[in-house]
Amino acid sequence: MGDHVAPPEALDTLPKILDWNATARAGLPASREKAFGIWQSFTWAEVREEARAFALGLLNLGLAPGDRVAIVGENRPRLYWAMAASQMCGAVPVPVYQDSVAEEMQYVLDHAGARFAVVENQEQVDKLLSVKDRLPALERMIYVEPRGLRRYDHERLHAFGEVQARGRAGADRAEELDALIASAKGADTCVMLYTSGTTGKPKGVVLSHDNILSAARSSSVFDDLCAADSVLAYLPMAWVGDFIFSMGQAYVCGFSVACPESAETMLSDLKEIGPTYFFAPPRVFENLLTSVTIRMEDAGKLKKWLFRTFMDHAKRVGPDILDGKPVGFMDRLKYRLGDLLVYGPLKNTLGMSRVRLGYTAGEAIGPEIFQFYRALGVNLKQLYGQTEASVFITMQPNGEVRADTVGVPSPGVELRIDEKGEVWYRSPGVFVEYYKQPEKTAETKDAEGWVATGDAGFIEEGTGHLRIIDRAKDVGKMADGSLFAPKFIENKLKFFPDILEAVVFGAGRDMCCAFVNIDLGSVGNWAERNNIAYASYTELAQHPRVYETIRAHVEAVNRSLAEDPMLAGGQIHRFVVLHKQLDADDGELTRTQKVRRTIIADRYAPIIEALYSGAKEVFAETEVTYEDGRKGKISATLRIEDAAVVSAQRRAAA
Amino acid sequence: MKDMGQGFVTPDGRRIGGPVMEVKNITLRFGGVTALSDISFDIREGEVRAIIGPNGAGKSSMLNVINGFYHPQEGEVWFRGQKRGPMKPHQIAHQGIARTFQNIALFKGMSTLDNIMSGRLTKMKASMFSQAYWFGAAEREETEHREAVERIIDFLEIQAIRKTPVGRLPYGLQKRVELGRALAAEPSLLLLDEPMAGMNVEEKEDMSRFILDVNDEFGTTIALIEHDMGVVMDISDRVVVLDYGRKIGDGPPDEVRNDQAVIDAYLGVPHE
Repeated sequence: MGDHVAPPEALDTLPKILDWNATARAGLPASREKAFGIWQSFTWAEVREEARAFALGLLNLGLAPGDRVAIVGENRPRLYWAMAASQMCGAVPVPVYQDSVAEEMQYVLDHAGARFAVVENQEQVDKLLSVKDRLPALERMIYVEPRGLRRYDHERLHAFGEVQARGRAGADRAEELDALIASAKGADTCVMLYTSGTTGKPKGVVLSHDNILSAARSSSVFDDLCAADSVLAYLPMAWVGDFIFSMGQAYVCGFSVACPESAETMLSDLKEIGPTYFFAPPRVFENLLTSVTIRMEDAGKLKKWLFRTFMDHAKRVGPDILDGKPVGFMDRLKYRLGDLLVYGPLKNTLGMSRVRLGYTAGEAIGPEIFQFYRALGVNLKQLYGQTEASVFITMQPNGEVRADTVGVPSPGVELRIDEKGEVWYRSPGVFVEYYKQPEKTAETKDAEGWVATGDAGFIEEGTGHLRIIDRAKDVGKMADGSLFAPKFIENKLKFFPDILEAVVFGAGRDMCCAFVNIDLGSVGNWAERNNIAYASYTELAQHPRVYETIRAHVEAVNRSLAEDPMLAGGQIHRFVVLHKQLDADDGELTRTQKVRRTIIADRYAPIIEALYSGAKEVFAETEVTYEDGRKGKISATLRIEDAAVVSAQRRAAA
Repeated sequence: MKDMGQGFVTPDGRRIGGPVMEVKNITLRFGGVTALSDISFDIREGEVRAIIGPNGAGKSSMLNVINGFYHPQEGEVWFRGQKRGPMKPHQIAHQGIARTFQNIALFKGMSTLDNIMSGRLTKMKASMFSQAYWFGAAEREETEHREAVERIIDFLEIQAIRKTPVGRLPYGLQKRVELGRALAAEPSLLLLDEPMAGMNVEEKEDMSRFILDVNDEFGTTIALIEHDMGVVMDISDRVVVLDYGRKIGDGPPDEVRNDQAVIDAYLGVPHE
């Protein structure tokens, strides 16, 4: 494998490490991007030169140390370079979710007081121009993709290349730049990331170079990452994980970061790049598995038989082979044959042929999904992290991987569980503060540096693994006093490919009820195969046979809940299939696709009332926001159905 | 802008040049039916020129005359200062005129990439022999053309469907691929036959954006036929209005919009 030589610990900021990489790893690839159908590589030396030219250009335009620079766009090498360039100047990059609507973006840029914004394209320029009256601090915008912008007023708008050209022309300020880089310290702010937050306005998490580098350094050692590794950067740049993987770990280990051509080509880019280190939220793994399942259902008899036979075998012995546990000779032989016929080609199709380390986090992952990838020989593990922790709180070591835990504390992390069951941690990665919100900082981080995660969980006896139950504030009591953990139940529902999203209600009530969102890909394909005609999402969602299927899923969840006496009270008595998909544009989900309970309860109050009143149907009208900010209405009469629950008496009898 | 002398400047600051194409007193008959009668107008360098009119007004016939596919019984077509005689379609293509069709005319079984590549046909010079064995000139040529095609794919943001057979694509995307194929010929005059027919609002917005960007980035002169008045008024510099084969209006969108004859043609005239 490649080099394991790490940059000296004395290098305490990302720009200093970039300088080191440009010499020590000069010829190794650092960034990759597909331009006009062909992958282009940039070496560490080239990346440093590009970033420096941009940094000099920023100085020329008047960027001063301490300024904030907003970064808006999909993953592009130039945007990553812009982050490094800002840091060289002593300024702070603030990556922003590129799919936020103008209002959300305005809030973040205004709160951060960004003077400069480096954006991807015309779409983002237009968005910011539409709210520029409310962004008094914003002085200049720099764009990467010039298309459609030719005729815009260029007084305060610049092309990326033009800024670099300014920088190259004004190279006499190179010494000034060198001095800025040298004077930066590890305690200086490295990046400011706005957490999507399930409640209220986003908060700006301030992370120092020390935070980022300690997290990146220790996690790289934990998983033995090196310069020969490669990743595909496709998750939002505003998300802490992407910053750690594509900037922190990439700089420390010297591995290359490839950017997909566009969001839609992600899967084919994955296949072409064949990363060795892959991170994805459970949703991505779920979608991949759903697409495989759909395609297998359309396949011929022989293929179906091959797939089923070998997958059954893989599920039995695959994870053990991966963990290096003893497995019989014949089983190994059959697994090798399966690898040749099924697993190998399948992994290639999924773009995972070379993945030696895969991580998932953010939400619980379905055990079937998790086992599926491990059975194929993909070393998929779970980690538990937060923006405030510079990602890592717990991780699963090789050989101790299970679907129901999130692993042991990462190197340097201390864990404790308080009397209410909430998980706290303390580590060198713990954030500095919430920007301009000292009272919020004090609420989250105590005087000794312990940070509350907001999640309820417990440490498993014997193994020392952490298990997360739910959001601490969501764990409630039902009217009869039994435990109510909505996320736990919702995740059980979501493990069915037909169900995309679920919201369970029941706190303070005498029974649990659920909202269900169908997965259009999976249910649509099923409808096609069964000759069920439908004109819209709403119509398909309300189809009686879809209700039949969903009811079967709900009842299966009820049976599994009934097995645990602590959670048996959370069985779902009544459910409704929603007429529209829950959407971040409507504020129903966060930008990272987490359910926002209170907002949903508010928007759909009449439906909840109907669920508990015993009505057979309910008329619902919901306002929706389109991506361009316009609003419309979707209305439908929704059926409400009862699901069978396993009663306490029957359980007692059984 | 009323003065149609030697060019003008549009409200958004684009410089429009002299006439690229002039049609003079065109009359086209099919047997006893007169599809176009005595129509004259011009298309200027760098503008977006729209031809609009209700159903059966003669819009497509007009485009086919410009395209050289129909030969009018009366009148003249001048292209870049030359009077044009009857021509074959490939001769028209060599003059730098490309078009798209109302009912998409792509090769359904071929990929997006190959369809757009087919638009480069007029620019390929290697012999059949060297193409068949793909060596020497043919190899170099294909690399060059592939690059041109990739630039179009990037421009139209269709990377994700590069290798998808076009028959499997939704209608809106097929229209975009067709535009790509027309662009592949690097035309100086691009004719679009109802580029937005059958599209939803979002697709129309995308297509409008692409048409404006083509005009802006490549300086391509564009003549388009469209049904949807709203879209036309937003993106074109000048508009010709046809009704029952006659020209009833010609001018900038705002002028045409308020023209009584145009309003009558679109909304109908109350019976006395």
